Amino acid sequence: MNLTLRIWRQRDRTKKGKMVTYHVTDVSPDMSFLEMLDVLNEKLILDGDDPVAFDHDCREGICGSCGLMINGIAHGPEQTTVCQLHMRSFSDGDVLDIEPWRAGGFPVVKDLAVDRSAFDRIISAGGFISAPTGTAPEAHSTPVPKKNSDAAFDAATCIGCGACVAACPNGSAMLFTAAKVSHLGLMPQGQPERDSRVLKMVAQQDAEDFGGCSNIGECSAVCPKGISMETISRLNHDLLGALRAGGVPTS
Amino acid sequence: MTTQPAQRRAPKTGRFDNSVVKKTVMAVSGIIMILYLLAHMVGNLKAFSGPESFNSYSGWIRTIGEPALPAQTALWIIRLVLLAAVVLHFWAAISLWRQARRARPVPYVTKKRVQQSFASRTVRWGGLILALFIIWHILDLTLGAVNPVGHDSTPYDRLVASFSNIPITLFYVVSMVLLGLHLRHGIFAATQTLGQTNKRRERAVNGLAYLVAGVITVGFLLVPLSVAFGLID
Repeated sequence: MNLTLRIWRQRDRTKKGKMVTYHVTDVSPDMSFLEMLDVLNEKLILDGDDPVAFDHDCREGICGSCGLMINGIAHGPEQTTVCQLHMRSFSDGDVLDIEPWRAGGFPVVKDLAVDRSAFDRIISAGGFISAPTGTAPEAHSTPVPKKNSDAAFDAATCIGCGACVAACPNGSAMLFTAAKVSHLGLMPQGQPERDSRVLKMVAQQDAEDFGGCSNIGECSAVCPKGISMETISRLNHDLLGALRAGGVPTS
Repeated sequence: MTTQPAQRRAPKTGRFDNSVVKKTVMAVSGIIMILYLLAHMVGNLKAFSGPESFNSYSGWIRTIGEPALPAQTALWIIRLVLLAAVVLHFWAAISLWRQARRARPVPYVTKKRVQQSFASRTVRWGGLILALFIIWHILDLTLGAVNPVGHDSTPYDRLVASFSNIPITLFYVVSMVLLGLHLRHGIFAATQTLGQTNKRRERAVNGLAYLVAGVITVGFLLVPLSVAFGLID
């Protein structure tokens, strides 16, 4: 396969970026999208050019490092991570626009790599439990309804890749924050800090220059883990409950 | 990539700085306006029972609670509640719109829609057009300022005079279709914002949104179209 790539090149967060056109030849349909970019970078290095910077780590679809906007869709045409997207999803002669996640909360570091530490700060604001858990307790000592454990596990599959923010027309991080809030809020261990957690995490989300949710649903449609909009409803429910219980939005 | 400790802005701690609280304000004020729209629609349909019925209904709104309450008390309470709902709805929308603009300072070169509906995409601009419609609508049918028969007329005369005019009827029809789209997304969004949706209820909530939006749109279109096609005169 031969492809034309239009890739966003930006030296650092202070410089303006632009789309640059590259041609890659002899792409195997069995390559992953990232391997195809590796091939391009090898060629760029041999030619003495600056290789394209992009984030990646496990290349198994579980770390959440990779993430690119491919032809206007977060993680490209399949609902998976870019590392698990294969070139067989494209055809010979395709022209692909490759852009970084674009959000106020995700400044571009270089080319296609963005700084997602805003997500870390949302987690530090409350996405944890502070009780020392020790070793795993006897499973029957605290029964958890099957429904709750399934929903908590679905939410916990979030890998924090940021595709939800990238796809959202409002640049909202609500699906991410909601997944983390739901995951702990459905578990008995998460109950003592349930109210303060949701207040702090939403306040941090707003402070990081992410937008507000307008329930459009683009986030869930591109989420590699298929996290449902239901989690956002659960976050809203928890937040209103916390405010009714007299909670003050603090950080 | 190392994490960057400094954040751009300190989290605001006011209740109304919270984006979810702003959305709740939007949802609750929207529900108040929907309830009003249902009552308004029922009132409009009195036009099918003739001028006396329509005009006496209009008179009744101004005399609810008499003689215990002075004239127009109930009407002014309704008007003030509605005004508050409109102002709060608008404030929340503008505030969230600005937040969304900050959240995407550099636009995408290419961005595709994966699943968003036309209704959800047009909810902001549709809302602005509806705000303009409401202003014109009050000037036309409530105050009679821009109405062909002027303000010294009965409500029924103003209704017939306005909708005998094709451009005015067309503007009204377009606005009601926009209202239907606005409500279709708004009802789903309000339910979601108030934390009442889940996977099991999703179909029911969407069904309710279509039903209420459809009933209100059709209900409001019946009278002007009947005037335009000469069924009411």
